[in-house]
Amino acid sequence: MPTLSPVREKTAARHAVIVRVTHWLTVVAFVALVVTGLCIVISHPRFYWGETGNVNMKPAFTLPIPASRGSVPTAYKFEMPDENGWSRYLHFEAAWLLVLTAIVYGAWGLVSGHFRRNIYPARGERSWGAIWARMNKYLRREAPGKEEEKSYNVLQRVAYLAVIFVLFPAIILTGLAMSPSFVGAFPVIALVAGGKQTARTLHFFLTWALVIFLVVHVVMIAISGFWRRMRAMTIGGGSAAEEDR
Amino acid sequence: MSLITRRRLITTGLATAAGVSGLGVAAKLSRKYGLVPPDCKGVYGAGETLTYAAQRLLIGNAMAREFPRSMISEKPFANPIAPPKEAFKQMQARGFVDWKLTVDGMVEHPMTLSLADLKTLPVHSQITEVSCEEGWSYIAEWIGTPLSGVLNAAGLKPGANYIVYSSIEPDSWDSLDISEAMHPQTLLAMGMNDGDLPVGFGGPLRMRVPRQLGYKNVKFINHITATDSMKHFGKGLGSVNPEYGYAWFAGI
Repeated sequence: MPTLSPVREKTAARHAVIVRVTHWLTVVAFVALVVTGLCIVISHPRFYWGETGNVNMKPAFTLPIPASRGSVPTAYKFEMPDENGWSRYLHFEAAWLLVLTAIVYGAWGLVSGHFRRNIYPARGERSWGAIWARMNKYLRREAPGKEEEKSYNVLQRVAYLAVIFVLFPAIILTGLAMSPSFVGAFPVIALVAGGKQTARTLHFFLTWALVIFLVVHVVMIAISGFWRRMRAMTIGGGSAAEEDR
Repeated sequence: MSLITRRRLITTGLATAAGVSGLGVAAKLSRKYGLVPPDCKGVYGAGETLTYAAQRLLIGNAMAREFPRSMISEKPFANPIAPPKEAFKQMQARGFVDWKLTVDGMVEHPMTLSLADLKTLPVHSQITEVSCEEGWSYIAEWIGTPLSGVLNAAGLKPGANYIVYSSIEPDSWDSLDISEAMHPQTLLAMGMNDGDLPVGFGGPLRMRVPRQLGYKNVKFINHITATDSMKHFGKGLGSVNPEYGYAWFAGI
């Protein structure tokens, strides 16, 4: 059946439907969380380590921006627009979207073997050597090999592992560590985070880690063929036949 | 086939996620068990309802964290307050001897209490953290009498679902559901760090709700009302805060 093979290849989607849907729900939630998070942060652009922190205490560091509240002393003579109200409502609503999406994706990823097959580095690649080798390939700007058409390379896998299993769980937990009633019921979360203000500071750094991932991710997509990758992550596709444009 | 099944799976998941406030049956059940906040409508209603319901189901009556005396903040920060009115200043000059707290609404015995009356009630002190929605916080010792004691003395009528409390300042009021109002750490605070509660921190009488954010801790309390529904208070959102985007339930 020589004619069947190319047809099959054309319709074989690179990403499962559930990956595509949860990917874009995460994008929506993440963008909302970053924008509203920044709106919230400017109401008190000072950061502290430990349990407590306020304008009568020495901050660990201060963002060089005006605050949106007059009670925060800054080096600037004007206040930013105060958008804390709707930002807080939307921040927590988007957090729910993120968490519920994560539950669906996480459960499916475990049950379907997606994490084991596509995210956890392949057997021969669980070494610094393999990571270094792939990094060198990027640096030499070599085109990806055939084996990467249907699967992620080791660097991608390590990055996705970090985002899915470290950064997102950590940013959710540090968020919860700031909730007065949640830490009441589960004080261990505040202890692990190192106190409420430490949790807030870590929450801020984790945001930047995720934003840096996002920037690198989008740049890599752009380099490797933006529209083809977008098609693969939306309506599907991205087979070997198409990649040989 | 498998694609359709997956899609359906996702749709079902999302409907459940977004739907607590939207789906008829779920809404009815949630209302029955007190899982729907007064600000459950609008664009952000789904998120608010999920937060409130999840908190009430997961956390129940858990206690807010209490801290050792050594962790009390040396210099607590008080949000700036509007300059007090003349009437307030006169009461302050007299040491607040004529400060009155009115308790009415759905109670068997409406009453008016002076600070001296409140001080005859059991004293409770707690070293808890005040967390502002802006992000800052401090720890202080709060001394007062549990709100539950006053409500028990007044005798809540069956069907009372919310306790509304308001300040002598105009447009400064809020409300708690019964479980938060009866929580052992919810305090009518009259003292702070071994002294009288300073005016800057809400003295002579402040509602202290350690399981929720700072803005629920209304200053200068002089009126408490028990009610079955928040419909007829302000815009019916449970407090004045949701009108500006601040959630009624501030336990987050």
